[in-house]
Amino acid sequence: MYDVAIIGGGVVGGMLARALSSYKLKLCIVEKENDVAMGASKANSAIVHAGFDAEPGTLKAKLNVRGSEMMEQVAKELGVKYKRNGSLVVGFNDDDKKIIEELYERGIKNGVKELSIIESSELHTLEANISPDATCALNAPTGAIICPYELTIAAIGNAMDNGADLKVNFEVSKLNLCNEFYEITSTDGDMIKAKYVVNAAGVNADSVAAMANETDIKIHPRRGEYVLLDKTSGGLVSHTIFRTPSAMGKGILVTPTVDGNLLLGPTAKDMEDKSDTATTADGLSNVLANCSETTVGINLRDTITSFCGLRAVGNTGDFIINSTAERFINAAGIESPGLSASPAIAEYIIDMLLSMGLELTKNEKFNPIRKPAHLFRESSVAERNRIIAENRAYGRIICRCEGVSEGEIREAIRTNPPARDLDGVKRRTRAQMGRCQGGFCMPYITEILSEELGVTYDSITKNGGNSKLITGKTKEGCER
Amino acid sequence: MTELVIIGGGPAGMSAALAAYENGVRDILILERDERLGGILQQCIHNGFGLHRFGEELTGPEYAWRYEERVRELGIPFKLNTMVMNITADKEITATNSIDGIFTIQAKAIILAMGCRERSRGALNIAGTRPAGVYSAGTAQKLVNMKGYMPGKNVVILGSGDIGLIMARRMSLEGAKVKAVCELMPYSGGLARNIEQCLNDFNIPLLLSHTVVKVHGKKRVEGVTIAKVDQFGKPIEDTMEFIECDTLLLSVGLIPENEISRSAGIDINRITNGAYVTQSRETSIPGVFACGNVLHVHDLVDYVSEEAEIAGENAALYIKGELKNDIDIPIETDGKVRYTVPQRITAKEDTKIFFRVANVYENATIKVYNGDEIIFKTSKSKVAPGEMQCITLKAQLLQNAEKLRIGLEVF
Repeated sequence: MYDVAIIGGGVVGGMLARALSSYKLKLCIVEKENDVAMGASKANSAIVHAGFDAEPGTLKAKLNVRGSEMMEQVAKELGVKYKRNGSLVVGFNDDDKKIIEELYERGIKNGVKELSIIESSELHTLEANISPDATCALNAPTGAIICPYELTIAAIGNAMDNGADLKVNFEVSKLNLCNEFYEITSTDGDMIKAKYVVNAAGVNADSVAAMANETDIKIHPRRGEYVLLDKTSGGLVSHTIFRTPSAMGKGILVTPTVDGNLLLGPTAKDMEDKSDTATTADGLSNVLANCSETTVGINLRDTITSFCGLRAVGNTGDFIINSTAERFINAAGIESPGLSASPAIAEYIIDMLLSMGLELTKNEKFNPIRKPAHLFRESSVAERNRIIAENRAYGRIICRCEGVSEGEIREAIRTNPPARDLDGVKRRTRAQMGRCQGGFCMPYITEILSEELGVTYDSITKNGGNSKLITGKTKEGCER
Repeated sequence: MTELVIIGGGPAGMSAALAAYENGVRDILILERDERLGGILQQCIHNGFGLHRFGEELTGPEYAWRYEERVRELGIPFKLNTMVMNITADKEITATNSIDGIFTIQAKAIILAMGCRERSRGALNIAGTRPAGVYSAGTAQKLVNMKGYMPGKNVVILGSGDIGLIMARRMSLEGAKVKAVCELMPYSGGLARNIEQCLNDFNIPLLLSHTVVKVHGKKRVEGVTIAKVDQFGKPIEDTMEFIECDTLLLSVGLIPENEISRSAGIDINRITNGAYVTQSRETSIPGVFACGNVLHVHDLVDYVSEEAEIAGENAALYIKGELKNDIDIPIETDGKVRYTVPQRITAKEDTKIFFRVANVYENATIKVYNGDEIIFKTSKSKVAPGEMQCITLKAQLLQNAEKLRIGLEVF
């Protein structure tokens, strides 16, 4: 019997699990995919928003500002890269200026610190590659960048290190409220019991809510397509550059990532299919055509990949964090600024659990610190040589483009939450994430995974399920 | 201090090492990132290598072995599983392996021979899902030829570069069905002999002016949508067609791997994606030479070996302080000729100019101008981007040369 079960291994579920693991509780995270951070948490703008965007008084506003304040410390404890690079909302005319002034006022009401409106000269001093046509900008130095899947993986890993369980490939199909607890059943017929349940199921949060007889929550997916550029382009801007939102839309943002790439996007298109993360020709050309509105000198020849995420848009305009059944909490409609707000959402939900009667006793053994996944790479030469002397696998480079060693890949498969497929290794180590996109290292990583997991080479998948990399051995022939 | 460090132990690196040795250099070290010497030739088990060099058709591993055997006989040192992380303009090299850890070597001369990588799906922005089953042709070749695994059974190939063509045949021989090879351009970038032997002999359709516009399938590829493209390479809406397949192989171009060259500050040509070099294959940093696919992408390994020997010989001259750099004649191109290697001539001696053309041209005359004066011309019945061209300029032609321009006249 678990005290709390969290449905969904995204950033909301992960941050909550991690925060709850500081208490003496039996916790379980259930995730329908083969790995954590498989939904919107792996495909978004990777920004910790300052908090000037949300309407004052909303949960979005309150939790964004609070989350943004908490994030630096959380990231530090979890060993996750975080950089307070500042955000700029760039304007081109008087209409834009008015909107920027509104955003400023809103930011002040929301409690965002250090906001200012700057003029063209200061803007172009801050960022040399801003369009010369830009006339003003909202300067939000508290805006930051972070890697969202790294954060999610680290949060869940830290929760697991502190005793939480993780069940992957557990797609919830039924919630059964017994007297004292819930029975949570998966499509495969597995079942766990928990006294409290938190629904953090992202785009599927409405389906999960419906299993607990709550049908007012409606979530629809909003597609966001992105283009990622090589690290050679990463230094084009240092701030996150937004265009002033207008009737024409929000524009395409241009931002460095914590790993040194340049990210362009997103588009915004409302969808019906909650699993359709396909990119589209229109979407990608929209990103490519509009990214240069704010920023000059973007070299699209540096493109290394494109991807698409689905934001979980709720039907209230705000985050939907409520309790609609006994000992059952929804964290639904957590679209942007959900990543930024995630530590504060965890805090908020814990207060709700407490008021519902969950007993919270400090876990004295709780260790908030997680060893950074990139510790080896960022150590001094002397330190790395010490590690290589101890374990030679750290001297064998597997991923040429990102310089990832065999030792780091094995570590990712042995560390909570363990990587179980190629994409899992990619998100934990960056191997296959560079300019060749795994062309050279994929066959080697497959070998390491098969060794570590004790399974055959041809059973390794890209991301679980039917995503097998190999269809058979050579010399077997096949029907034609 | 090591006299000569060669980065890469593929065909270019080994040929360069042997040439340097034969020209008197003894203090040589080859750094190779793979577990064996031979580079990409290890996985090229088809034949056709060495026709120019050895007058016979060798497989890739056989061709590589001719060089590796000699490297071993001469006792030229090499380190395997060793990845060069960085080089500086002062020729200090930082590398990593399991035995030495992270170490630095100060070289008197360096030969860059790191080869190239394949352009990936991401670089093309092909829309659709991101399932398993999309591989670059070289990755598929590695899986089939080195690991013994089939990456798929029903295959569409995008791009008719040589590796794509070779893999069309290889997959067919292993029982897979190759449904089509789509080529964006109205002509193939591969060698004519490969189109004949790898596609026509296996009844695999080559769809020119076609591309893949969408990938389907959530977990594993379930099909691709292809379309004909117009003269600007834009897909034509009503020509879209779905092809069911479980695998998409990409053979859409090779990119010289010059990240460490760039970090050293070596000038890189935007057309070749390789270093600017003189006829001695010296880059913009004195004493740093480049050869093979890291310099420009070759279609025949025979030319790689030849180029690497030039780099090896000249690195030896540099080490002895005898490298001639007494003149400076730049070579420009007219656009129909996309690029030349070398891009500059710094010694008045017989010089081979390698070049590629931008399109397929029939009955073309290659002309070399010094100012307005034609100093050399030769005719070809057909030239194509997939086949590297070569002319030799005799030393006396360079006597009064100041600036050369090489162009094509097409009738």
